[in-house]
Amino acid sequence: MVSDTSWMRNREGMGIWEHRGKVAVVGWGQSHMDRRWDGVTMDRSCGGLSKEACLKAIADAGLSLDDIDGLITSRETRAEQTWAPRPYFDPPYDTEDGLTYASADWIQRELGLKNVKYLKSDAPYIGPMMGLAAQAVGDGLCETALVWYPMVNLDGRYGHNNPQNINQEAPGNTAFTLPWGYQNGAMFNNLVVFLQYCQKYGKTHDGLAPLCLNLRRNGLMTDWGYYALHEPYQLTREDYLNGRVIEEPLVIYDCDRPVNTCAAFIFTTAERAQDLRQKPIYVLNHAQNNGRGRSTMATLDEHQQAVASLARKMWEGSGLGPNDVDVFNPYDGYLTFTQQFLEGFQWHGVKWGEAHDFYADDIRAEGPHPFLSSGGNNGTGRNRAVLFADSIQQLRGTAGPRQVSVRAETALAGCNTPDSCGFMMFSKHPS
Amino acid sequence: MSTIPGLERPAPVPNELTQPFWDGCNERRLVLQNCIVCARLHYPPAPRCNKCGSPDSFEWKEVEGKGHIDVFMVIRDSRIRGFRSAQPINFAVITLDEDPGINFLSNLPGTPPGEVPVGAPVELIFEETSNGQLVHEWQVVS
Repeated sequence: MVSDTSWMRNREGMGIWEHRGKVAVVGWGQSHMDRRWDGVTMDRSCGGLSKEACLKAIADAGLSLDDIDGLITSRETRAEQTWAPRPYFDPPYDTEDGLTYASADWIQRELGLKNVKYLKSDAPYIGPMMGLAAQAVGDGLCETALVWYPMVNLDGRYGHNNPQNINQEAPGNTAFTLPWGYQNGAMFNNLVVFLQYCQKYGKTHDGLAPLCLNLRRNGLMTDWGYYALHEPYQLTREDYLNGRVIEEPLVIYDCDRPVNTCAAFIFTTAERAQDLRQKPIYVLNHAQNNGRGRSTMATLDEHQQAVASLARKMWEGSGLGPNDVDVFNPYDGYLTFTQQFLEGFQWHGVKWGEAHDFYADDIRAEGPHPFLSSGGNNGTGRNRAVLFADSIQQLRGTAGPRQVSVRAETALAGCNTPDSCGFMMFSKHPS
Repeated sequence: MSTIPGLERPAPVPNELTQPFWDGCNERRLVLQNCIVCARLHYPPAPRCNKCGSPDSFEWKEVEGKGHIDVFMVIRDSRIRGFRSAQPINFAVITLDEDPGINFLSNLPGTPPGEVPVGAPVELIFEETSNGQLVHEWQVVS
């Protein structure tokens, strides 16, 4: 649980971000990615992968361990269950810390970081966590922050090990959802919103097929991603339309696949960034939504209002507008809600109800509308960090075969869902 | 118990905030929080008004159990243990006629899975759960 949200930029009317262009991302590291942890290989555990990603990010930035004075991470690792009651391992894997999450204290200890003055282990999921990191550096809580986000996948069928789903009772707010079969997580509510979208605009599920296929295509050009590593083949439209149904009309290919991995980023001041290995990628703003719908199910209207507000906050804080965003990487955990971001930010002029027509156009990474050039989570596995990593790579000009052919001077990325998310505006230039 | 064969709903556990609501269900009444300042219904119960923010402006107000079906899907592979023997089963969103901004979930007892008349009127019923607590349900008006 994240207690303090005072750092968030979650209200309209806050003006230009006070640290606009004064904070930069200077390092990125991505660990190996597997479908699940095998329960044996310790350097592929949550802690092992977190260490790998952190060390890669520090090396990418050309920094030393002694340069790190801020540590930020999240407990929202999607582990779903603890490792216990299975036996723990020898230290440092003798508690949940290191197996189902990797706290700031754990990383500080394991990497031998001596100069840390700011530690935060209860940041939200990666969308808002990136904003928290930028704000912490801007506010001077630390100068150089190491930020990592593990995604954990243990054995067992997804969702079926969640204690909430096997409980005979429904306490608290779940008393208003579980008795009717509502399953915890983003799927049900966002599927309800998608059905409302289809009703309102006369659309159907198969309108998502071009997006699905293009994400897989982009993902196969992301060499560290799950599909590039483990299942390197393209999907067909027939595969998509005949995919195993999860909840009608949602099929397996609409859902990002849980994986076991970690990504890390280095944030520092624009001043400190000047003489580092990588060209700085500046942060122009961060913005969050942390509301919820009025009643049991958030509605399409509420989601559209939420993303419209998010966009206004982003334009207000960054000083940019819809026509200024070159690279756009919004969350695609379920393909059914990605269109809300596309339409809410009006990227490439897309208006309410027009996303499926846009998907049917040329959205290849090398084409004129390189939507989700990252491949997203459907193209690389549910790591979420790819949205930010690709944005940084595109602005650096190091995205390889995914490098966009359009201008790449600004990038917008974020996750998770329309009513609960954090987005960040990146730029090659500080102003 | 539910009238839907095989369904074992997780039983609601009231707390201080929600007790009046669940007591109402046990009396076969649908009572919602109403902010007397904003004249705004709230469901599920909230600690403060989601419009004016006041924690002290609520009354409990009985509403008429009339609604309409907004959207639906069919659950065929639930992660919730109590639903697995009842699959396939409808999952619908019901809007309240008195305030369509309020919505409820329903499995639409009496409506065959997938044969849901979107937009049709529904009326309130109650079903018993394993701990004896009644829960509000909705069925298509015949």
